[in-house]
Amino acid sequence: MELTRRKILAIGSGTLAFASLSGLPAFANLTDDAITSLTGGKELGEGKISLTAPEIAENGNTVPISIDAPGAVSVTLFADGNPVPNVATFKFGPLSASRSASTRIRLASTQNVIAIAQMEDGTFQTASSNVKVTIGGCGG
Amino acid sequence: MISRRDFLQVGMAASAIVGASGFGNWARLAAQQSLTQDQLLEFETFGNVSLIHVTDIHAQLKPIYFREPSENIGVGSNKGAVPHVTGAKFRSLYGIEDGSPSHYALSSGDFASLASGYGRVGGLDRVATVIKSIRADRPDAILLDGGDTWHGSYTCYKTAGQDMVNVMNALNPDAMTFHWEFTLGSDRVTEIVESLPFAALGQNIFDTEWDEPTELFPPYKMFERGGTKIAVIGQAFPYMPIANPGWMFPEYAFGIRDENMQAMVDEVRAAGAECVVVLSHNGFDVDKKMATVVSGIDVILSGHTHDALPEPVLSGMTIIVPSGSNGKFVSRVDLDVHNGQLLGYRHKLIPVFSDVIEPDAEMSALIDEQRAPYLDDMTEVVGKTDSLLYRRGNFNGTWDDLICDALISERDAEIALSPGVRWGPSLIPGQEITREDIFNVTSMTYGKAYRTEMTGEFLKVVLEDVADNIFNPDPYYQQGGDMVRTGGLGYRIDVTQPQGSRISNMTLLNDGEAIDPSRSYVIAGWASVNEDTEGPQIWDVVENHIRKLGTVTTQENNSVEVVGA
Repeated sequence: MELTRRKILAIGSGTLAFASLSGLPAFANLTDDAITSLTGGKELGEGKISLTAPEIAENGNTVPISIDAPGAVSVTLFADGNPVPNVATFKFGPLSASRSASTRIRLASTQNVIAIAQMEDGTFQTASSNVKVTIGGCGG
Repeated sequence: MISRRDFLQVGMAASAIVGASGFGNWARLAAQQSLTQDQLLEFETFGNVSLIHVTDIHAQLKPIYFREPSENIGVGSNKGAVPHVTGAKFRSLYGIEDGSPSHYALSSGDFASLASGYGRVGGLDRVATVIKSIRADRPDAILLDGGDTWHGSYTCYKTAGQDMVNVMNALNPDAMTFHWEFTLGSDRVTEIVESLPFAALGQNIFDTEWDEPTELFPPYKMFERGGTKIAVIGQAFPYMPIANPGWMFPEYAFGIRDENMQAMVDEVRAAGAECVVVLSHNGFDVDKKMATVVSGIDVILSGHTHDALPEPVLSGMTIIVPSGSNGKFVSRVDLDVHNGQLLGYRHKLIPVFSDVIEPDAEMSALIDEQRAPYLDDMTEVVGKTDSLLYRRGNFNGTWDDLICDALISERDAEIALSPGVRWGPSLIPGQEITREDIFNVTSMTYGKAYRTEMTGEFLKVVLEDVADNIFNPDPYYQQGGDMVRTGGLGYRIDVTQPQGSRISNMTLLNDGEAIDPSRSYVIAGWASVNEDTEGPQIWDVVENHIRKLGTVTTQENNSVEVVGA
């Protein structure tokens, strides 16, 4: 008997597909390429911007992500396990009240969400967070 | 000048002394057969503030047996650290004598024989006596309930938590946080919470739509006690919509949210709190990590993972106090708070031996009142057990073996899956099994026993996924339960491997053949988090199975081979 998607849903698993098998995300090198083209291959610093994401997504279809990047002129978000890793770019000017942003993104599977910020002095900063997309466990 | 760290160490030593006197005496007193209520409650009042912590009662109004786990594997930096130490190693670590009351209360080993000697534990009428005694010493002691209170019994299921609300309200708590409560559904939770005469806290309970804090669940409450200000911040179970059915409470989002926890700690400190207490349902390892990520927390009262430790654990500058489950323990923590800081503490984990601690008469009457309408139905004897029935442990317990057998035989399946929850009291050999006993290990609002087919490949995905929720080396990715229990299926697990590589040698036990990734297997299970699950209630499945057996005798279960523990 064929296991249909409907049946998969009936067995006590989350609504997300089971693409969260081990191994590197299939689209990781797409992300590397996109980051390189964004930064021109310049070195990425860490520690000046922060990325807030849930450790485990409650719903992989809408995962809340926020960034706080004082001194950044733009921040680009990548999801390295999505078919199209480039998520969004936020631009900030001198009159921006705060250089922070929040949004929700869809994650196909467990993967890294990566923020790349271009700073006012032309250098780049990064922050990333591994977000797990799970079929669910059993709470105590 | 003595530093804060020195003070904490002094505090730890003081705790050890109290603990030691407790232990030494209990062991000796056991030999003399003279364990008394006064000795269990003995405590030299200390400092200016007292905290009383109960957690994970799982609706156990009456005394029960509860066997602590013999297997509780720690991974990553928690390998070999408490609470991941069990049995004889645990006793040796804390200097607990074999056969002593502490052995029986806190560790596994010889459980059935010790249980027949020392009797049942818990009972909220005994807990009431303990709380009254602490309040006699310190009338303004802060009573905090860590959650998993309105779930887990026949009467709690039938009254949608009202029995527990009535009884807990009579204990007059000061604040509470949550986990299984939400499986009553958000309408019912709202109805109850709006009626509570105490604070319902959760700094990590957010509104799904806007990802903003909710009005119903404030993050913290300030208490003015003993001439100082104490802030209690609530931390609900972070993974509610993942580990439990999110469709029952779609309005709420959770998560650890340690950045918001830091903001709340800073906010209460700025508002004059001299001591910050977190009432947590994170689970022990998550609390331990959070204490190193968030600064300024003095005490974490820890729940969810059902651990009971005779001494607090120091993580960073925070003491973590886990207080067991099922009404088996009450923690008392006395604090000396002066000049804007916590200067020291004294702690005791009080085991509630139900034959030693006198029940509070008013509370006994209130409990019996909750049970009276259901008493005939719930006390009906369904069968008997010749074997110890217990659940706790990382892999199968005998209760789960029995439930899996019931699923396979009553639902005509090849393989059974049973959730790795940590609640559910034990039964000792010779006991009758009542309907109430079955509800105690199965009761929930999503208990339908499904029957489906799964390929071998998909079955492995399920096991790998659940295993990563327990054995991920980063505690923030752990959900605090145990491994899904399997019937009819054997496997090998290497807990040190990453997700996708832990499970191997999957074997169908009825023919000894390796699981074929492409073949479909008939699977029966229960506690699906999906909304449209169909099937009979699990307690009916188990009751029918036990009636057919008459007397339950469990076999040794070697179907899971564990590597890397």
